[in-house]
Amino acid sequence: MITIKNLHAKVAGNEILKGLNLQVNAGEVHAIMGPNGSGKSTLANVLAGNEAYEVTEGEVIFNGKNLLELAPEERACEGIFLAFQYPVEIPGVTNSTFLKTAIDSIRKYRNEPEISAKEFLALIREKAALLDMDNKLISRAVNEGFSGGEKKRNEILQLLMLNPKLAILDETDSGLDIDALKIVSKGVNHFRSPENATIVVTHYQRLLDYIVPDFVHVLYKGKIIKSGGKELALELEEKGYDWLKTDEVEAV
Amino acid sequence: MSEENKTIENVTNSEYKWGFVTEIEEDAFPKGLNEDIIRKISEIKQEPEWLLEWRLKAYKHWLTLKEPTWAKVKYESPDFQDIRYFSAPKQKPKLNSLDEVDPELLATFEKLGIPLEEQKLLANVAVDAVFDSVSVATTFKETLKEKGVIFSSISEAVREHPDLVKKYLGSVVPYTDNFYAALNAAVFSDGSFVYIPKGVRCPMELSTYFRINAAETGQFERTLIVADEGGYVSYLEGCTAPQRDENQLHAAVVELIAMDNAEIKYSTVQNWYPGDKDGKGGIYNFVTKRGLCETNAKISWTQVETGSAVTWKYPSCVLKGDNSIGEFYSIAVTNNYQQADTGTKMIHIGKNTRSTIVSKGISAGFSDNSYRGLVKVHKSAEGARNFSQCDSMLMSDKCGAHTFPYIEVDNNSSTVEHEATTSKVSEDQIFYLNQRGIPTEDAVNMIVNGFCKEVFRVLPMEFAVEAQKLLEISLEGSVG
Ligand SMILES: Nc1ncnc2c1ncn2[C@@H]1O[C@H](COP(=O)(O)OP(=O)(O)O)[C@@H](O)[C@H]1O
Ligand SMILES: [Mg+2]
Repeated sequence: MITIKNLHAKVAGNEILKGLNLQVNAGEVHAIMGPNGSGKSTLANVLAGNEAYEVTEGEVIFNGKNLLELAPEERACEGIFLAFQYPVEIPGVTNSTFLKTAIDSIRKYRNEPEISAKEFLALIREKAALLDMDNKLISRAVNEGFSGGEKKRNEILQLLMLNPKLAILDETDSGLDIDALKIVSKGVNHFRSPENATIVVTHYQRLLDYIVPDFVHVLYKGKIIKSGGKELALELEEKGYDWLKTDEVEAV
Repeated sequence: MSEENKTIENVTNSEYKWGFVTEIEEDAFPKGLNEDIIRKISEIKQEPEWLLEWRLKAYKHWLTLKEPTWAKVKYESPDFQDIRYFSAPKQKPKLNSLDEVDPELLATFEKLGIPLEEQKLLANVAVDAVFDSVSVATTFKETLKEKGVIFSSISEAVREHPDLVKKYLGSVVPYTDNFYAALNAAVFSDGSFVYIPKGVRCPMELSTYFRINAAETGQFERTLIVADEGGYVSYLEGCTAPQRDENQLHAAVVELIAMDNAEIKYSTVQNWYPGDKDGKGGIYNFVTKRGLCETNAKISWTQVETGSAVTWKYPSCVLKGDNSIGEFYSIAVTNNYQQADTGTKMIHIGKNTRSTIVSKGISAGFSDNSYRGLVKVHKSAEGARNFSQCDSMLMSDKCGAHTFPYIEVDNNSSTVEHEATTSKVSEDQIFYLNQRGIPTEDAVNMIVNGFCKEVFRVLPMEFAVEAQKLLEISLEGSVG
């Protein structure tokens, strides 16, 4: 699905990603863990094409295409979805208008006809119900006045509506209580299929009890310094990151 | 047309697609302003003596006035002796039948999307079209007549309903009101007149479309709308002008009178030529609009302002009657080097009068956009309430947004609330929408439409769609 090779990226003049390699195949869930400031959100933003981040070296191949050459909206249309760590508010634009425009933009890119109002409504009702979301949130302005938890849930609603090929979830668990965490995880597990892939960015092990990853990677100072199976997350929970910092990083 | 000319036309059209000039012979006066010019205007229009007297008094008063300079706009003051005060299509249009209107004129309005042939019109909108100084056609007259509604050019109303015109003309905006109001009273050439009889709900939207065509000509139209007791009317106004290098002056006066229990909804989509990318040319739009509310009456002004090089305009409500209501909903967009100083005045005189002000200013390019509003509560206005919301949105680092709210309250049983915000279209918002597959131009339109939502909501349906499109065109390429 996606192959990242020797990725270097700068933000505000500082190099944050320093030669990152990662391969994610269809049907897989990868967790990326690491302490605050290690570059997890930077990776997510670089993949989504945020122009505040400058790629200085390396390549990213997404389903055979050179991802780094595409504009953010083209990446989205090709099937990249980022659930933001801090979703922004769009005052006055209802969630439903926004989502219908998004679906139709993606369909247009693929030379498909627009979604009918009827089909759209049926779809959004189904997905909102799955996420235990109040219908009122659908007709409200995008994220405006939403609580932290509602914003995160709204990101997952968008994920289910747009049904991308690669979902990147940036700290979707932060600020959620246990009930909300379960609902959000249910949404993500519902999304999972052999045709798509998910990158879960988090610095807590807790989320991974509900969204069980196939692989866990530790990102530290802009590089993946350790990879393993789901048991690595538990090990990190127990020991923290310090034991990795000393031997692996200093050696590189 | 040569290939090259076609290309040029396409390019310019993409910026201001109403910028063409109609090739039509015009009867025009020589440039300049003096008593003779005013007498000639009055004579051509076969006006009664009282109206000529009124014009001359206004002119004499105007001579004593100075152009106002308090607005936050900078422009080279027009040379009032270098303007033509009257210009009309040569074949004098007979107002009785559309068949007698010059086909070139019909084609012009067709091109502007304002078909004047009744069968082609959108259902339920009657149109009066004003081309340079005269009204060329008013549609659906017969249908309206059945209800007793009068909708005609003001020149015709002076001839056909002199008593009504004499009673109300200048009653809300006297010629002494300000510099441009005095000038307008002296030289106004045409405009619309509406009278809604007692208890009548006007069966259709009434609309006037103004077009300046001739060069070096000013447009000074005058609109007078009277809704008698319990009457209701929704009135729409649109306007465009050709693209020209020199500035042209538009100084209109609009007076609304809502008698007891009457309601007038007045909507404007102002799209005069704004000048080019470097600020050359464009219309100076200096307009006085005011409405008077008697007991339980309501007046709503809704405006979408995207055009003009300089705008100076404050549609206002005098809430004279108890329980009367005034509303002002405005979207003002400025791009390139446009300047707008616009807002409203709500004058509370009657008891329990209420007013609402919602102003949305959007500035892009190097433009300057100011909201200027006055809420005045007289001592007599017990229990008066006002709510004002003034929001500004910036689309670039080089534009300006300013808010000048003036509040004068002489009464302590009233409540006046004012809220103001300034925001910038953020890269984060655009990226968020991009990330969901929405291209940048669409993303900006979506953010702007969301920002203006409260105003679009109160516009009549067809107008709202047109206004949204206009906003998109005005802001094309203004971010990024
Ligand atoms: N827009 C930005 N401007 C300046 N510095 C940034 C920006 N985004 C991230 N950084 C810096 O880059 C580093 C990595 O940040 P980030 O990728 O957000 O880490 P994480 O998500 O792993 O906590 C941090 O030192 C952070 O301060
Ligand atoms: Mg982060």
